[in-house]
Amino acid sequence: MILVLGGLWIGQNVNLLPADASANAPVYDELFRVLFSIGTILFIGIVGLVIFSLIRFRRRPSQRGDGLAIEGNLPLEIFWTAVPAIVVLFVGLYSYDIYDRMGGMTPLNHGMDHSAPMHDPSPPDENGERVWGGIGTSSIQAKDGGAIAAVPIEVTAMQFAFLFRYPQGDFISGELHVPAGKPVSLRMEAKDVIHAFWVPEFRLKQDVIPGQPTVLNFTPTRPGTYPIVCAELCGPYHGGMRSSVVVDDPESYEAWFNANNTLEVADA
Amino acid sequence: MTVSLTPQGEQHRPSLQPTGWLRYFSFSVDHKVIGLQYLVCGFLFYLIGGALAGAIRTELVSPMSDFMPRDVYNQVLTLHGTVMIFLWIVPVVNGAFGNYLIPFYVGARDMAFPRLNAVAFWLIPPAGLLLISSYFITGAAQSGWTAYPPLSTTTAASGQVIWILSVLLLGGSSIFGGINFIATVLKLRRPGLKLMQLPMYCWAMLGTSILVVLSTPVLAGTLILLSFDIVAHTGFFNPGLGGNVVVYQHLFWFYSHPAVYIMVLPAFGLVSEILPVHCRKPLFGYATMVYSIMAIVVLGLVVWAHHMFTSGTPPWMRLFFTIATAFIAVPTGIKFFNWLATLWGGRIALNSAVLFSCGFIINFVLGGITGVALAQVPFDVHVHDTYFVVAHFHYIVYGGTVFVIFASIYHWYPKVTGRMLNETLGRLHFLLTFIGFNLCFAPQHWLGLNGMPRRVAEYDPQFAFINQLSSAGALLMAISTLPFLWNVVDSAFRGEIAGDNPWNALTPEWLTSSPPPVENWEGEAPLVHEPYGYGVPIDQIDLAAASGSDLWSSGK
Amino acid sequence: MTSLKPSSTDVASSATDHAHQDHRMFGVATFLVADAMTFAGFFAAYLTFHAVNPLQPDAIYELELPLPILNTVLLLVSSATFHKAGQNLRKGANQVCRQWLMLTAVLGLAFLVSQMVEYFTLPFGLTDNLFASTFYALTGFHGLHVTLGALMILIVWWQCRTPAGRVTSENQFPLEAVELYWHFVDGIWVVLFLILYLI
Ligand code: HEA
Ligand code: HEA
Ligand code: CUA
Ligand SMILES: [Cu+2]
Repeated sequence: MILVLGGLWIGQNVNLLPADASANAPVYDELFRVLFSIGTILFIGIVGLVIFSLIRFRRRPSQRGDGLAIEGNLPLEIFWTAVPAIVVLFVGLYSYDIYDRMGGMTPLNHGMDHSAPMHDPSPPDENGERVWGGIGTSSIQAKDGGAIAAVPIEVTAMQFAFLFRYPQGDFISGELHVPAGKPVSLRMEAKDVIHAFWVPEFRLKQDVIPGQPTVLNFTPTRPGTYPIVCAELCGPYHGGMRSSVVVDDPESYEAWFNANNTLEVADA
Repeated sequence: MTVSLTPQGEQHRPSLQPTGWLRYFSFSVDHKVIGLQYLVCGFLFYLIGGALAGAIRTELVSPMSDFMPRDVYNQVLTLHGTVMIFLWIVPVVNGAFGNYLIPFYVGARDMAFPRLNAVAFWLIPPAGLLLISSYFITGAAQSGWTAYPPLSTTTAASGQVIWILSVLLLGGSSIFGGINFIATVLKLRRPGLKLMQLPMYCWAMLGTSILVVLSTPVLAGTLILLSFDIVAHTGFFNPGLGGNVVVYQHLFWFYSHPAVYIMVLPAFGLVSEILPVHCRKPLFGYATMVYSIMAIVVLGLVVWAHHMFTSGTPPWMRLFFTIATAFIAVPTGIKFFNWLATLWGGRIALNSAVLFSCGFIINFVLGGITGVALAQVPFDVHVHDTYFVVAHFHYIVYGGTVFVIFASIYHWYPKVTGRMLNETLGRLHFLLTFIGFNLCFAPQHWLGLNGMPRRVAEYDPQFAFINQLSSAGALLMAISTLPFLWNVVDSAFRGEIAGDNPWNALTPEWLTSSPPPVENWEGEAPLVHEPYGYGVPIDQIDLAAASGSDLWSSGK
Repeated sequence: MTSLKPSSTDVASSATDHAHQDHRMFGVATFLVADAMTFAGFFAAYLTFHAVNPLQPDAIYELELPLPILNTVLLLVSSATFHKAGQNLRKGANQVCRQWLMLTAVLGLAFLVSQMVEYFTLPFGLTDNLFASTFYALTGFHGLHVTLGALMILIVWWQCRTPAGRVTSENQFPLEAVELYWHFVDGIWVVLFLILYLI
């Protein structure tokens, strides 16, 4: 009991994660706390058993004989087959649910079809190119039930930099700016080798693969500047392949966007 | 080998076999000699791999890339991963202990195919030297031990091709070894010995060898395709020519996930041999152990895509692989609880072998728990390719398998040399290793969660302190090797004489002289039906004297 | 493996003695399982490429069937002739066995020749596109197996030239091993033919 409660307490109160800055980060942290609690309980329990056995059952100098000849115990064995099975099943279902809430189960091409033709002058899927897995929906439900369209951004990764193109304003930026509270849809493609787009504060990562565009959708929540890290070995300067994402509040985003916009008529 | 001990049988022996020290440097067909060759050769490569790890940790003391050039760092980490996996863990837990022990356990005088066995061993040193030499000749491969294209096809070709060649040789060696183990366990059993009476290590090696035979060839095929891409400029994995880079990852992990069980199942087997002897108790739950090994083999073949959750795999695939992966915790858990129950109520001798085995249990459980967490897609999306993963697998490969290798050396050293290792030095070794190891790798979990990717020579300065902790741990681990080396060398000459069976063990390798004669037994091999027949039968215990906890475990 | 020869004095310790059993065929079979997995890897790669990386329309090329069908027939017949050779060896008819062996080897070589002819008439080269590369990798790897097989057949053919040679009705191992291998290579071809030419 103490073990379980202690484990739960540690799991809930020891925070090992960086700040959360996207809509799915709190969801993620929920999963993390559950996993951490279960893990702590199991770990402390087993370590405790080992240490207890080593002390309690150590061979004392006076003892010559053997231990008990216990070959097995069926109920006990069934018990410890069942418990992990249940735990694993629970964790599996739970993380499925989390994954679903993060938007992982949304069919991808569907998401793209929605956002792309609306704003993008040249829909990425024009030549029937397949878009590969990513995470997240590209539109979120607004309070009134309607969907807010995502901000489309095209990401190009190359040795050793990320480039962000804003098709709505037809300009390229070396730094990613996104508006807080609005969904963002990244369409990513690599020029040379595999890279990975990772923002630890968003708890999101997606490989950027040459020849296979991938999408990544998220909704930033907390304004601030966060690092973008390349997480896939891509050559000598892999460690230096970093950038940053600036989450602006909607007004400053608008200002930044208009300052860079190269299209004459900003359509609605 | 099946030569009998009669004089006539002796004449059949290949007469060119050298004797004495020289035989360890020759094409010997004696399984014990081959086993030791694997062990010593593997250990030398461990020192090389460890020195490379030392270079990695030195570079990471500071956030800048200042100790070595960036591309050299990538070469070093590629060599470190490759050497540790293909030249240390796999040859030692399979080749070394497998060759030494399996013939004893099945009651045979040698492996099923002694020459193939020697060939398998002798593929290793040249392959290893080839790999290491590539660093000095042309610069080693620099795309990680996973060699993902297009990186592996666009970096310096010669290093990568040499890497492929040596991994192919090592894979071949491991396939030959696997065939030999399967044939020995299944076909060479002494008449009258049933499968379910074999020591657990035989089952572990059977399972491992099945994985080797089914998965290593796929790696070979994949690497052949990769080398075509490099040498002949085909486009299998080159998107510019219509190829597909993710297919490589599927094929690679189809081998390399089972490979992790190739690295750990034999270690499970070894622990199952060591614990009962020193706890003076039968191995708990023999039958469920066997089934769980086989379950791990089957499940291990269908979980590979958990390394690719961010590679753009379709959602259904991620879901399937999450569930399958997490389920491996169930059979593995059975084994762990069985070991705990073996400890429970035993008369445990707290010697170095037991300490290392228990260290293994503790470390592996942590590594396994982080593994199950990694299997959850949403969790993995955050920590994939970060130091969290590095921490996960070092907890398993080092905290698990390497600890078991040390435990096994303490356990079987008297068998091999006839002398005991020094216990004090052994415990010192354990203490230093355990502390150093945890100091080195526990902080890496935090690093990964907070944003430090793996395979980087330079990193965000906010991580500097934790990295320095980790490097200090690595230094301690390096230091911990010294008492061990001294112990092993010194005891070979001056160690206490062990006698034939210092542990009073019942498994067949102890029922002969130490060190054993060339054909394993003078005269007939013993028929061991109960390799774990230790202990006081339950109906003989004095109920009044026994405490409640003793009874708990006996199920009364 | 000298020790595998049965020796009557071994009976004394025959409880642990396995001299009377020959596990080498078991080893060969296990090896072929491993080899099959190599092919399985290639097939899986090919099928995945096929499914997810459609070629540009101008790169799609209909393979001619006559030559591959001839090849299939050649290999299937050679399996049968090898079987005949084995039967005759067991009967002790060494010379007849050798004739069948030679026929098998010739069929195998004919296969290789016809494969070469196909290679030279194909309108695409190794690096033209993904399909071409995979095509050559698969057929080439298989062709390598056939070449090795044909060589081994010729070696066995040489080894059973006298009734007292290395391969006799008492020691059939080399012949049996090569026979199993040959059937295996033929089987692989059939799968390969189905996948590569018919899908
Ligand atoms: C010997 C080696 C070994 C072993 C045995 C394992 C075992 C496991 N591994 Fe690990 N793994 C590696 C070596 C190993 N791994 C390596 C080298 C990598 C990185 C490769 C690279 O990218 O370079 C890796 C990476 C890796 C990943 C990919 C991470 C990423 O790159 O994003 C994942 C994801 O699922 C994973 C999962 C698991 C799981 C679930 C197990 C399970 O088998 C663990 C099961 C064990 C337990 C769970 C503990 C005991 C059980 C109990 C006490 C029962 C109760 C427990 C519960 C109910 C949870 N591993
Ligand atoms: C399989 C077994 C295995 C083992 C045992 C180890 C052991 C160690 N590993 Fe390794 N490691 C891997 C397998 C293994 N590793 C793999 C597969 C990778 C991934 C590679 C990749 O990304 O491609 C990796 C990657 C890896 C990294 C990440 C690199 C990066 O991503 O940038 C780090 C960093 O800390 C590390 C550290 C260590 C340390 C400190 C040890 C220590 O435990 C080592 C302790 C041993 C010693 C210290 C030896 C002592 C002896 C001497 C020092 C004597 C001196 C030598 C001579 C005189 C010749 N390893
Ligand atoms: Cu780009 Cu690493
Ligand atoms: Cu894995």
